[in-house]
Amino acid sequence: MSEAPAGRPTPKASDRPMSPYVTVWRWHLTMATSILHRVTGVALYGAALILAGWALALAAGPGAYDSFRLILGSPLGKLVLIAITLSLFFHLANGVRHLVWDFGSGFLPKTADMTAAAVIVFAVAATMAVWVAAGMMGALS
Amino acid sequence: MSGYRTPLGRVRGLGSAKHGVGGFIAQRVSAAALVLLTLWGVYAALSLAKANYATAVLWLHAPLNAILMALLIGVGVFHMRIGMAEVILDYIERPTTKALLLTLNVFAAWLAGVIGVFSVLKVALSSGIY
Repeated sequence: MSEAPAGRPTPKASDRPMSPYVTVWRWHLTMATSILHRVTGVALYGAALILAGWALALAAGPGAYDSFRLILGSPLGKLVLIAITLSLFFHLANGVRHLVWDFGSGFLPKTADMTAAAVIVFAVAATMAVWVAAGMMGALS
Repeated sequence: MSGYRTPLGRVRGLGSAKHGVGGFIAQRVSAAALVLLTLWGVYAALSLAKANYATAVLWLHAPLNAILMALLIGVGVFHMRIGMAEVILDYIERPTTKALLLTLNVFAAWLAGVIGVFSVLKVALSSGIY
Protein backbone atom coordinates (compact mmCIF):
# COMPACT_ATOMS: atom_id res chain seq x y z
CA MET A 1 0.00 0.00 0.00
CA SER A 2 1.41 3.42 -0.94
CA GLU A 3 1.24 6.47 1.33
CA ALA A 4 -1.43 9.09 0.80
CA PRO A 5 -0.18 12.31 -0.86
CA ALA A 6 1.16 14.87 1.59
CA GLY A 7 -1.41 17.25 3.04
CA ARG A 8 -4.26 14.90 2.18
CA PRO A 9 -5.58 12.51 4.83
CA THR A 10 -5.94 8.84 3.89
CA PRO A 11 -9.55 8.35 2.78
CA LYS A 12 -11.60 6.18 5.10
CA ALA A 13 -13.64 3.33 3.66
CA SER A 14 -16.83 5.24 4.52
CA ASP A 15 -15.67 8.21 2.41
CA ARG A 16 -15.29 6.18 -0.75
CA PRO A 17 -17.72 6.91 -3.56
CA MET A 18 -20.65 4.53 -3.58
CA SER A 19 -22.86 3.59 -6.46
CA PRO A 20 -26.20 5.39 -6.28
CA TYR A 21 -28.86 3.68 -4.23
CA VAL A 22 -32.55 4.18 -3.47
CA THR A 23 -31.79 6.65 -0.69
CA VAL A 24 -30.05 9.10 -3.03
CA TRP A 25 -32.30 8.83 -6.07
CA ARG A 26 -35.67 10.43 -6.52
CA TRP A 27 -38.27 7.67 -6.87
CA HIS A 28 -39.23 7.12 -10.50
CA LEU A 29 -41.04 4.64 -12.69
CA THR A 30 -38.07 2.96 -14.40
CA MET A 31 -36.47 2.38 -11.00
CA ALA A 32 -39.68 0.81 -9.73
CA THR A 33 -39.87 -1.60 -12.69
CA SER A 34 -36.20 -2.52 -12.23
CA ILE A 35 -36.74 -3.40 -8.58
CA LEU A 36 -40.03 -5.14 -9.35
CA HIS A 37 -38.26 -7.31 -11.94
CA ARG A 38 -36.05 -8.66 -9.15
CA VAL A 39 -38.89 -9.00 -6.65
CA THR A 40 -41.17 -10.80 -9.11
CA GLY A 41 -38.26 -13.00 -10.21
CA VAL A 42 -37.74 -14.14 -6.63
CA ALA A 43 -41.50 -14.69 -6.28
CA LEU A 44 -41.48 -16.84 -9.41
CA TYR A 45 -38.76 -18.97 -7.80
CA GLY A 46 -41.47 -19.97 -5.34
CA ALA A 47 -43.91 -20.44 -8.22
CA ALA A 48 -41.54 -22.89 -9.94
CA LEU A 49 -41.27 -24.89 -6.71
CA ILE A 50 -45.10 -24.96 -6.50
CA LEU A 51 -45.26 -26.15 -10.12
CA ALA A 52 -42.79 -28.97 -9.37
CA GLY A 53 -44.95 -29.74 -6.31
CA TRP A 54 -48.01 -29.96 -8.56
CA ALA A 55 -46.30 -32.55 -10.78
CA LEU A 56 -45.10 -34.46 -7.70
CA ALA A 57 -48.61 -34.50 -6.20
CA LEU A 58 -50.08 -35.76 -9.48
CA ALA A 59 -47.45 -38.50 -9.68
CA ALA A 60 -48.01 -39.44 -6.03
CA GLY A 61 -51.69 -40.25 -6.53
CA PRO A 62 -55.30 -39.11 -6.01
CA GLY A 63 -54.95 -38.44 -2.27
CA ALA A 64 -51.91 -36.20 -2.64
CA TYR A 65 -53.43 -34.43 -5.65
CA ASP A 66 -56.68 -33.67 -3.81
CA SER A 67 -54.71 -32.28 -0.85
CA PHE A 68 -52.66 -30.14 -3.23
CA ARG A 69 -55.82 -28.76 -4.89
CA LEU A 70 -57.37 -28.10 -1.48
CA ILE A 71 -54.36 -26.03 -0.38
CA LEU A 72 -54.14 -24.02 -3.63
CA GLY A 73 -57.92 -23.58 -3.69
CA SER A 74 -58.06 -22.16 -0.16
CA PRO A 75 -58.37 -18.36 0.21
CA LEU A 76 -54.67 -18.10 1.08
CA GLY A 77 -53.79 -20.39 -1.84
CA LYS A 78 -55.82 -18.24 -4.22
CA LEU A 79 -54.07 -15.12 -2.91
CA VAL A 80 -50.69 -16.75 -3.59
CA LEU A 81 -51.86 -17.78 -7.08
CA ILE A 82 -53.02 -14.22 -7.84
CA ALA A 83 -49.63 -12.89 -6.71
CA ILE A 84 -47.92 -15.49 -8.91
CA THR A 85 -50.08 -14.52 -11.92
CA LEU A 86 -49.24 -10.85 -11.41
CA SER A 87 -45.53 -11.61 -10.94
CA LEU A 88 -45.50 -13.83 -14.02
CA PHE A 89 -47.10 -11.29 -16.34
CA PHE A 90 -44.91 -8.48 -14.98
CA HIS A 91 -41.68 -10.48 -15.26
CA LEU A 92 -42.71 -11.72 -18.71
CA ALA A 93 -43.47 -8.26 -20.12
CA ASN A 94 -40.53 -6.56 -18.43
CA GLY A 95 -38.31 -9.44 -19.55
CA VAL A 96 -39.31 -8.73 -23.16
CA ARG A 97 -38.43 -5.09 -22.44
CA HIS A 98 -35.00 -6.24 -21.27
CA LEU A 99 -34.56 -8.37 -24.42
CA VAL A 100 -35.32 -5.29 -26.56
CA TRP A 101 -32.75 -3.33 -24.54
CA ASP A 102 -30.19 -6.08 -25.23
CA PHE A 103 -30.52 -5.23 -28.92
CA GLY A 104 -29.66 -1.62 -28.09
CA SER A 105 -33.00 0.12 -28.44
CA GLY A 106 -35.57 1.61 -26.10
CA PHE A 107 -33.13 3.50 -23.87
CA LEU A 108 -34.41 7.06 -24.38
CA PRO A 109 -35.81 8.24 -21.01
CA LYS A 110 -39.19 8.97 -22.58
CA THR A 111 -39.35 5.55 -24.24
CA ALA A 112 -38.16 3.76 -21.10
CA ASP A 113 -40.81 5.55 -19.01
CA MET A 114 -43.51 4.70 -21.52
CA THR A 115 -42.58 1.01 -21.74
CA ALA A 116 -42.33 0.84 -17.93
CA ALA A 117 -45.90 2.12 -17.63
CA ALA A 118 -47.04 -0.23 -20.40
CA VAL A 119 -45.51 -3.23 -18.61
CA ILE A 120 -47.35 -2.38 -15.36
CA VAL A 121 -50.66 -1.82 -17.15
CA PHE A 122 -50.23 -5.08 -19.09
CA ALA A 123 -49.40 -7.08 -15.95
CA VAL A 124 -52.48 -5.82 -14.08
CA ALA A 125 -54.81 -6.17 -17.10
CA ALA A 126 -53.60 -9.68 -18.01
CA THR A 127 -53.89 -10.83 -14.39
CA MET A 128 -57.45 -9.51 -14.19
CA ALA A 129 -58.31 -11.17 -17.51
CA VAL A 130 -57.00 -14.56 -16.37
CA TRP A 131 -58.87 -14.45 -13.06
CA VAL A 132 -62.09 -13.21 -14.65
CA ALA A 133 -61.77 -16.08 -17.15
CA ALA A 134 -61.22 -18.52 -14.27
CA GLY A 135 -64.31 -17.12 -12.55
CA MET A 136 -66.43 -17.40 -15.70
CA MET A 137 -65.31 -21.02 -16.08
CA GLY A 138 -66.57 -21.64 -12.57
CA ALA A 139 -63.09 -22.57 -11.38
CA LEU A 140 -63.12 -20.27 -8.36
CA SER A 141 -65.96 -21.85 -6.41
CA MET B 1 13.04 -13.45 -18.39
CA SER B 2 9.41 -14.06 -19.24
CA GLY B 3 10.26 -17.76 -19.39
CA TYR B 4 10.39 -17.87 -15.61
CA ARG B 5 6.86 -16.55 -15.14
CA THR B 6 4.11 -18.93 -14.16
CA PRO B 7 1.08 -19.23 -16.47
CA LEU B 8 -1.00 -17.43 -13.82
CA GLY B 9 1.55 -14.63 -13.62
CA ARG B 10 1.43 -14.16 -17.37
CA VAL B 11 -2.34 -13.81 -17.59
CA ARG B 12 -2.82 -11.60 -14.49
CA GLY B 13 -4.18 -8.23 -15.46
CA LEU B 14 -5.05 -9.28 -18.99
CA GLY B 15 -8.77 -9.15 -18.30
CA SER B 16 -11.43 -11.78 -17.92
CA ALA B 17 -11.17 -15.42 -18.93
CA LYS B 18 -13.77 -14.62 -21.62
CA HIS B 19 -16.31 -16.91 -19.99
CA GLY B 20 -18.26 -14.17 -18.22
CA VAL B 21 -20.92 -13.83 -20.88
CA GLY B 22 -21.97 -17.48 -20.65
CA GLY B 23 -24.52 -16.89 -17.90
CA PHE B 24 -25.69 -13.67 -19.51
CA ILE B 25 -26.46 -15.39 -22.81
CA ALA B 26 -27.99 -18.48 -21.16
CA GLN B 27 -30.30 -16.18 -19.17
CA ARG B 28 -31.50 -14.42 -22.34
CA VAL B 29 -31.93 -17.58 -24.40
CA SER B 30 -33.94 -19.28 -21.64
CA ALA B 31 -35.94 -16.06 -21.23
CA ALA B 32 -36.91 -16.16 -24.91
CA ALA B 33 -38.08 -19.76 -24.55
CA LEU B 34 -39.98 -18.94 -21.36
CA VAL B 35 -41.94 -16.14 -23.07
CA LEU B 36 -43.77 -18.85 -25.01
CA LEU B 37 -43.64 -21.60 -22.38
CA THR B 38 -45.10 -19.50 -19.55
CA LEU B 39 -47.91 -18.17 -21.75
CA TRP B 40 -48.76 -21.81 -22.50
CA GLY B 41 -48.39 -22.48 -18.75
CA VAL B 42 -51.08 -19.91 -17.93
CA TYR B 43 -53.36 -21.51 -20.54
CA ALA B 44 -52.60 -24.94 -19.07
CA ALA B 45 -53.32 -23.75 -15.52
CA LEU B 46 -56.69 -22.37 -16.66
CA SER B 47 -57.56 -25.64 -18.41
CA LEU B 48 -56.62 -27.61 -15.30
CA ALA B 49 -58.21 -25.28 -12.72
CA LYS B 50 -61.34 -27.39 -12.45
CA ALA B 51 -59.75 -30.75 -13.21
CA ASN B 52 -59.84 -33.54 -10.65
CA TYR B 53 -57.11 -36.17 -10.40
CA ALA B 54 -58.36 -38.38 -13.26
CA THR B 55 -58.84 -35.43 -15.63
CA ALA B 56 -55.39 -34.05 -14.81
CA VAL B 57 -53.75 -37.45 -15.43
CA LEU B 58 -55.59 -37.75 -18.74
CA TRP B 59 -54.46 -34.23 -19.65
CA LEU B 60 -50.83 -35.12 -18.97
CA HIS B 61 -51.17 -38.29 -21.06
CA ALA B 62 -51.33 -36.08 -24.15
CA PRO B 63 -47.74 -36.05 -25.45
CA LEU B 64 -47.80 -32.33 -26.31
CA ASN B 65 -48.92 -31.42 -22.79
CA ALA B 66 -46.26 -33.65 -21.20
CA ILE B 67 -43.49 -32.32 -23.43
CA LEU B 68 -44.40 -28.66 -22.88
CA MET B 69 -44.84 -29.19 -19.12
CA ALA B 70 -41.41 -30.87 -18.86
CA LEU B 71 -39.90 -28.01 -20.88
CA LEU B 72 -41.63 -25.38 -18.74
CA ILE B 73 -40.29 -26.93 -15.54
CA GLY B 74 -36.81 -27.63 -16.95
CA VAL B 75 -36.22 -24.27 -18.62
CA GLY B 76 -37.96 -22.53 -15.71
CA VAL B 77 -35.60 -23.88 -13.04
CA PHE B 78 -32.61 -23.26 -15.34
CA HIS B 79 -33.59 -19.59 -15.70
CA MET B 80 -34.47 -19.12 -12.03
CA ARG B 81 -31.13 -20.58 -10.90
CA ILE B 82 -29.25 -17.95 -12.92
CA GLY B 83 -31.47 -15.13 -11.67
CA MET B 84 -31.25 -16.15 -8.01
CA ALA B 85 -27.46 -16.52 -8.24
CA GLU B 86 -27.37 -12.95 -9.56
CA VAL B 87 -29.43 -11.72 -6.62
CA ILE B 88 -27.24 -13.59 -4.10
CA LEU B 89 -24.03 -12.24 -5.66
CA ASP B 90 -25.43 -8.70 -5.54
CA TYR B 91 -26.69 -8.59 -1.96
CA ILE B 92 -24.75 -11.11 0.15
CA GLU B 93 -21.32 -9.86 1.21
CA ARG B 94 -20.05 -12.54 3.62
CA PRO B 95 -18.11 -15.10 1.55
CA THR B 96 -19.27 -18.13 3.57
CA THR B 97 -22.94 -17.09 3.51
CA LYS B 98 -22.63 -16.32 -0.19
CA ALA B 99 -21.09 -19.71 -1.00
CA LEU B 100 -23.69 -21.49 1.13
CA LEU B 101 -26.63 -19.72 -0.53
CA LEU B 102 -25.21 -20.21 -4.04
CA THR B 103 -24.87 -23.93 -3.32
CA LEU B 104 -28.38 -24.16 -1.86
CA ASN B 105 -29.66 -22.38 -4.97
CA VAL B 106 -28.09 -24.98 -7.26
CA PHE B 107 -29.44 -27.81 -5.09
CA ALA B 108 -32.96 -26.36 -5.01
CA ALA B 109 -33.05 -25.76 -8.76
CA TRP B 110 -31.82 -29.25 -9.66
CA LEU B 111 -34.04 -30.93 -7.08
CA ALA B 112 -37.16 -29.10 -8.27
CA GLY B 113 -36.23 -29.73 -11.90
CA VAL B 114 -35.57 -33.45 -11.52
CA ILE B 115 -38.63 -34.02 -9.28
CA GLY B 116 -40.84 -32.04 -11.67
CA VAL B 117 -39.68 -33.66 -14.90
CA PHE B 118 -39.57 -37.17 -13.39
CA SER B 119 -43.13 -36.74 -12.06
CA VAL B 120 -44.38 -35.50 -15.43
CA LEU B 121 -42.79 -38.51 -17.17
CA LYS B 122 -44.12 -40.96 -14.56
CA VAL B 123 -47.68 -39.75 -15.09
CA ALA B 124 -47.36 -39.36 -18.85
CA LEU B 125 -45.84 -42.80 -19.45
CA SER B 126 -47.97 -44.81 -17.03
CA SER B 127 -51.21 -46.36 -18.20
CA GLY B 128 -54.48 -47.54 -16.75
CA ILE B 129 -54.48 -45.67 -13.45
CA TYR B 130 -58.20 -44.96 -13.49
